[in-house]
Amino acid sequence: MAEVVVGKDKCGEQRLISLPLSRIRVIMKSSPEVSSINQEALVLTAKATELFVQCLATYSYRHGSGKEKKVLTYSDLANTAQESETFQFLADILPKKILASKYLKMLKEEKREEDEENDNDNESDHDEAES
Amino acid sequence: MAERPEDLNLPNAVITRIIKEALPDGVNISKEARSAISRAASVFVLYATSCANNFAMKGKRKTLNASDVLSAMEEMEFQRFVTPLKEALEGGSRKARRRPQSKRRRTKTKKQTQKSKTRAGMRTMTKMKKGWKKKNRMKRKK
Repeated sequence: MAEVVVGKDKCGEQRLISLPLSRIRVIMKSSPEVSSINQEALVLTAKATELFVQCLATYSYRHGSGKEKKVLTYSDLANTAQESETFQFLADILPKKILASKYLKMLKEEKREEDEENDNDNESDHDEAES
Repeated sequence: MAERPEDLNLPNAVITRIIKEALPDGVNISKEARSAISRAASVFVLYATSCANNFAMKGKRKTLNASDVLSAMEEMEFQRFVTPLKEALEGGSRKARRRPQSKRRRTKTKKQTQKSKTRAGMRTMTKMKKGWKKKNRMKRKK
């Protein structure tokens, strides 16, 4: 009798992969150098992606700012991509958000620094500009 | 093949469900965070594929296989995935190969596996779940 119950539990638990394998295959094949994919490799990649999503979400939530408010926000994810070494490869697609005004300020500062460098290079120009 | 860029996205509903299962109850996930995680997952697939492909090329094989994917995980510093992945491969390789696409068919195979496990209740299983449970209960009394 117990055997049956165990079997039933197993069936409930083993929702093996929830991501669509066909879609995973399309994404994998979009990489030009890949010619063919073994079914086992496909299943493993799908499962790994699932684990990865869980991992990314829990890590970001644990290290994130919205713990008291019980929210997971974009900036938590961007922080993870920037700070964790394992998730470093996401840094390009999860850039940190900054305000446009801040960005403009940054641009200005960069320009000023560049100008200063140029000024140091040829001081005579700098003097002329000053006067 | 991928014709539209959307074809490279994973279904949002599924991604959201996976996130919700991973986080404690009652945690809200902002819309931006969802789409970001979904994008990250696609990139992860590509990254894993290209790593695995490198291993396949080293072995002078054209087809990616399970060991390539597992090696890729180690290379990507996701060693912690290797054990659960191996377990999934051993536990579910038979089922995975026969894995049907639609939900309806999936439930059917579930029933079938249950059926094979209850050898004694074979005939009743085909009728109704309720009937099957009843019979088991009677057996337990005996």
